[in-house]
Amino acid sequence: MKKETFFTTDSGIPVKAVYTPEDFPGRDYAAKLGLPGEYPYTRGVYPTMYRGQLWTMRQYAGFGTAEETNRRFRYLLGEGSTGLSIAFDLPTQLGLDSDAPAAEGAVGRVGVAVDSLADMETIFEGIPLERVSTSMTINATAPVLLAMYIAVGERQGVPAAKLTGTTQNDILKEFIARGTYIFPPQPSLKLALDIVEYCQRSLPRWNTMNIAGYHIREAGADAVQELAFTLANAIAYIEAAAARGLAVDEFAPRLSYSLGCFRDLFEEIAKYRAARRLYARIMKERFGARDPKSWLFRTFSGSCGSTLVAQQPLNNVVRVTLHALMGVLGGHQAIHTACWDEGFAIPSQEAATLALRTQQILAHESGIAHTADPLAGSYYVESLTDEIERRAQALLARIDAMGGMLRAIESGAIAREIEASSVRYQQAVDSGEKVIVGLNRFQSQEAEEAQGLFEADPRVETRQKASLAAVKGRRSQGDVEATLRQLEKAIVDEKNVMPAVLAAVKAYATVGEICGVMRRRWGEYRGR
Amino acid sequence: MTMRVLLAKVGLDGHDRGLKIVAHHLREAGMEVVYRGLRSTPEEVARAALEERADVVGLSFLAGDHMTQTPKVLAELQRAKLGHLPVVVGGIVLKRDIPRLAAMGVRRVFLPGTPSADIVQFIREGAQP
Repeated sequence: MKKETFFTTDSGIPVKAVYTPEDFPGRDYAAKLGLPGEYPYTRGVYPTMYRGQLWTMRQYAGFGTAEETNRRFRYLLGEGSTGLSIAFDLPTQLGLDSDAPAAEGAVGRVGVAVDSLADMETIFEGIPLERVSTSMTINATAPVLLAMYIAVGERQGVPAAKLTGTTQNDILKEFIARGTYIFPPQPSLKLALDIVEYCQRSLPRWNTMNIAGYHIREAGADAVQELAFTLANAIAYIEAAAARGLAVDEFAPRLSYSLGCFRDLFEEIAKYRAARRLYARIMKERFGARDPKSWLFRTFSGSCGSTLVAQQPLNNVVRVTLHALMGVLGGHQAIHTACWDEGFAIPSQEAATLALRTQQILAHESGIAHTADPLAGSYYVESLTDEIERRAQALLARIDAMGGMLRAIESGAIAREIEASSVRYQQAVDSGEKVIVGLNRFQSQEAEEAQGLFEADPRVETRQKASLAAVKGRRSQGDVEATLRQLEKAIVDEKNVMPAVLAAVKAYATVGEICGVMRRRWGEYRGR
Repeated sequence: MTMRVLLAKVGLDGHDRGLKIVAHHLREAGMEVVYRGLRSTPEEVARAALEERADVVGLSFLAGDHMTQTPKVLAELQRAKLGHLPVVVGGIVLKRDIPRLAAMGVRRVFLPGTPSADIVQFIREGAQP
């Protein structure tokens, strides 16, 4: 084994052999760090952090049909959970009904299939919406799914103003990372902002956007790019909202964020700390936000699936433990831990339980939640926090110079930068310079495939198509057509589409029909 | 003659990081690579294979729909009189599906962790007549 003489973090930031007070900006304590819960929030967004309230252990789930998801949700609520998180299948995320030819093989696969309000009613059957908060991982079709949630609430007698939850609604990262876009960037941004604007008036407790770096990292970005591109997306949304005449302090407190947990423990922790400081300064100085709630970079962190390895899969339990450790030491408000078998299939029940237990052990046995930001003052962590902040600021300045994030995305520049990082990373893995245990070092004889993996049930698709046909049979076709015409008119008149979408979902128009109107007006984006 | 490789994402899955890395390495190895972006239909793949005069077709799947989509692509290639084209698959594929894909006519399945050089070598050799 060659002896290394030059060390870097996973993202290529040089690392010295030892750090000393020379590297520690102690004299700037108040300006750079401050106390947790105080500007610039480097040390955390709340004064008591986990002593006041542990982070939310938010495991992502949702599968098959609405009935199955409803059963799972009732079970979770019965076990004391108060937050639900819905994964939707790809056809729902892409505005296709379960009977669309392109949906074949994907119905109910990576999440629950929702075609019409009837499915949403089933998902929340017997679940009072005023008592739960619901997080929906939905972007391109977020207005439709949110409208369905509002309609379910109305039917239960819960006014929209009382609904709590989150729509991911971060469409810009879909163009550079996650890929579930439908319409071109401009109308997509308009739709995302329609939700922000509508919620400000009608759903004041709703988290309108969860602006995500997680997927950007998973697409191959390094830690600095992940942070800078996330903030650049946020800046683009905030500027677009301001251009509509929305006041920053009215909507910014309802924005939340998510970042990934990758491999390098200290780099990731420094990234979260730098993110909070940078964001607070951007919100206060660039956008003139006055309400301290607008300055808070409230985050959800998730294990990066791309760090999990198919070879010797039980090793992933150890990797996920490190992810959770980063998340906690980094001060996140909610944490997701991945399941060791995610590299093969939808997680099995056992693996999902183990992932949750991992967080519970950290929370209740390790003592790391007793004090806020325990790594503050570490010469290394503070130095790395400064360095990541500096590099992210430089990248943000370059994006500003390109004319802003929307332009940079449309030109393909961001996707190219991510791809270059992804190739660099893979080359380092191929050459063995980056070690991945079980993959390029410490390999074992190839074992049999893991047992007990989740098997998709092919009957789900048949059942879902049948229930869609039944809905179409019993709804008023006249109402559907009338509401869809109203939606088309709202689009042509460049109005906020939310009221028209709400009327259409109440008439049981389907996700595919509603998005069909939008496709007709805006066209589909085919990428670059 | 420069070898021409058509890489495609069929189905609704949006994960193309792996496919782009493969594209990069094939280009580095001197091949012409065509990738038309996410969510191609099987018909579009066959049309692209024809238009681009592809020598080999590579499909990437990470959302578990390889058993639904692969036979559709193979059928469309047949219909376009391109049934002779070697087709390779990469991504998250359960080992038990590999013989089933091979039986359909897929030349090779590359699982996660395959070194890029192995893929380049196989495509270079596997596409020889």
